[in-house]
Formats: sequence, C-alpha cells, structure tokens
Amino acid sequence: MIYLDNAATSFPKPEETIDSVHHFLTFSGGNPGRGGHPLSIDAARIVFEAREGLSSFINGKRSERLIFTQNGTESLNLAILGLIGEGDHVVTTALEHNSVMRPLDFLTKTRHVQVSVVPCSPAGSLDLKALKKAVSRRTKAVVVNHGSNILGTVQPLDGVREAIGDRLLILDACQTIGNVPIDVQKDAIDVICFSCHKALFGIQGLGAVYLREGVDPIPLKFGGTGSNSEFTEQPTALPDRYESGTPATPAIAGLLGGLKFIERKGLKEIVGKKRAATERVLEGLQRIPGIRVYGEMERGDRSLPIVLMNVDNREPSEVGYACNRADISVRVGLHCAPMAHRNLGTFPGGGVRISPGYFTRDDEIDRLMEVMRTIAAR
Amino acid sequence: MPHDRVYYLLFATIHDVLKAEKRLKSAGVNMEVVPVPRSLSSDCGVCIKSSEPMQVLVGFLGDTAGLRCFTFKGTEYREEEVSGSE
Repeated sequence: MIYLDNAATSFPKPEETIDSVHHFLTFSGGNPGRGGHPLSIDAARIVFEAREGLSSFINGKRSERLIFTQNGTESLNLAILGLIGEGDHVVTTALEHNSVMRPLDFLTKTRHVQVSVVPCSPAGSLDLKALKKAVSRRTKAVVVNHGSNILGTVQPLDGVREAIGDRLLILDACQTIGNVPIDVQKDAIDVICFSCHKALFGIQGLGAVYLREGVDPIPLKFGGTGSNSEFTEQPTALPDRYESGTPATPAIAGLLGGLKFIERKGLKEIVGKKRAATERVLEGLQRIPGIRVYGEMERGDRSLPIVLMNVDNREPSEVGYACNRADISVRVGLHCAPMAHRNLGTFPGGGVRISPGYFTRDDEIDRLMEVMRTIAAR
Repeated sequence: MPHDRVYYLLFATIHDVLKAEKRLKSAGVNMEVVPVPRSLSSDCGVCIKSSEPMQVLVGFLGDTAGLRCFTFKGTEYREEEVSGSE
C-alpha cells in the first residue's frame, strides 16, 4: 500500500510514537491528575513533559498556556466561540477550512457576528492589501489559515501582522505545524490552533491551542479537572481551566514520541525530505498530458507537502477509485474546504490531493505516476 | 535546620506541581510528590513534601503564583506566608 494522504494524518508513525503509546498503555495507564497514586502521577508526568516539549517547539513563553484539545477543530472552536462575542466583526480568508467557517457561520446566526472574507489568488496567496482594508477599529479578531490544506500555500506571518495591526490573530496552523518553523513570540501570534497527528507524528485524538498571555477565552467545556475539587466553580488556573475531563493520555504519550522523533531526525531533514518528495510529484505530474496541477509550481521554502490536481474529463472520484485499485491512498473531493475550492474554481467537484510524508519513497511516487499516466491516457 | 519539620507545597494545578518537581530535582533538592493531606485540602490532587527549609524550596521555584506552603510539626499543620520572587 502506498500512502499519500499525510495532510489528513501522517502514516506510518515513527517507532518513537508507537513505543511511547505502547509504553503508556502497558506500564503507566493511570488517569493524570486524578488521585495521588503512582500510575496517576506517572501519567501526569507524561502530560507535563509533552506540554513542555510542545510549548518549547513553538517557543511558547509559558507552557501552562498550551492547552490540549481533542483535535485542531476543537482548538479553533475554543478560540472562535470563546473569544468572539455578540455583534463583533471578524475578518477571515477565502482559504479557510470548515473548522473555521462553520463556527463562524454559527456565530453569524446566533451572535450577529459579521464576517468579512478576504480573497486569495488562484495560487493561494492572501491579498494582504485587501486584508488591511478589511480590518477596522471594530474588528475583534482575524482568523487566518496559515497553510492551505488543498494548495500547500503558506501565508507570510510578518505580512499578515503588518496588515492587521494589533488585532487579535487566531492562526489555523493544522497543516503548517511541523512543516514550517513557528515562533509564537517572534511571529506575534495571539492564538495558535493545530492538531498533533499530522506533521508532529502523534496519533489521532489530540490537538492543541496556545494562548498568549492576556488572551482568555470562555472555556468550551466545564467539569472535573482533578484540581480545586472542593468547589463547583471552574478553576481559573491554566491549563486546568480549559481541560475538563479525562485527557487523551495515550495520544499525548504518542505526541511525546513524535517530538522525540523530530528531535532525533531534526526538523530540517524531515522538511527537506518531504519537500523533495513533493517536487518529485510536481515534476512527474507536469510531464503527463491531460493532468492539471493547481497552485504554485515553483515551491519555495515556505510551502507544504501538498499537491492538488485533476485529470481532464475525469471526476476526482474516478481518479481516486483508480488509485484505490492500484493500492494508492490519495484524498479526493473538497477536503472540508468548500470555500477554498470555490476560490480556486474547483467547486463542487473538488480535486485529487497528493500529500507525501517523511516515509514516502521515490519508487512509490514513480508508481503513482505510472497509475496517473494510465488514467490520463484512457 | 529544623529537621523535625516537614514542609508541604500546594499548587493550583498538577502542571505547577510537576514544574516545581522538575526545578527542585534539577537543583538536587530531596523531595517527593505525595497526595495532598486531607487536613490541608479536600482536593484529590498531589503536592510536594520535603524536609528542606521552606525558604530554600521557594527560592528554587521562581514563580510562586497560587502557591501555598504548610509546615507540619508534631501533629499540626501551619500555613506559612509565601514571600516569593514573582
């Protein structure tokens, strides 16, 4: 089987990830922060180490402001629903995923929030002049897709910050975390939301959000935290304020393993290998008549291992099915980003997304090209 | 050093307990993470227990926000005023 859907979730996982999850399930297994017995404390130490490691990975100033969630979507929901109030104005971009657009749609209907959508070029670059124009004194927050999950385009954070001034920046970094260096202090990111099972090599069931000091959303959920148990009032201390209920400790252990893998290999080597695989895909596809590739053909330092394509006169689903039959996993359709596909002109059919990962081999890409040549020649 | 005394450091979250544990261990302080004594709090969490003087412990912590310190001597716990750095 050839797996080329790493933008959905990375696969296979490194040994460090598997070993870390296995070790937790075999030897630790307790509920972190719930009771003072050794297995609970061991589990809490795993959560603590992962939180410190992940906060350090993005240069967070205070690790307790790194909040674990179920996934990137929950992180974005916490930020958007917890910070944007009645009648507020929000600016966002034409490349957003439904994990941004659906909570914003909910707010337009329930809190009379006004949303301005800034256009992007067909190649996926955000119109920074239009962004600057869209922001006004009454803008409460600007929600920006850092890296497109369909085109692989990465937006320049310095340009975004310059355009929005001191407005609250909520960054969707689900695709960029682990693919592009991120420094929440240097990049002046107020809230960053991401998942941990893609380029961080964790397992599914874990996301995170980092809140700059002074940014305090209303919690998305309330309940037991293992702290301040004598009071029914939700604790104010972080991270407990936002982490009610038993966490996904096996997934947090997996993240710790993923971070160890990144540390061992080095982010530069990991990103370089994925970039080389992406270039091989781009070069190969461009040589096949009847295939259209979207986005930038020349990928710079700030692009993601994502390629979107279509075959002339073929539905993406047909291409996907042909790939399935050849034992190749690609992702077809709208990729939960209908507005981005509208912007690109590929709505409602969508496209075929190829996203190589660190473990993708050259011969696997060559096999994909053989299959694509056959499909395009039919 | 009054070795007949034991000190308990209570924090707002287990994250803070483990952060303190990391700092104290790296400073070579003899300490232990233990369940919070029932007479100090009905919380279900953990705290730090040590026989090192409280001022020494607090000095290594840096951030003392939300920290509560207790001295245990004989059969009694007494809360101490925390004069921390932050």
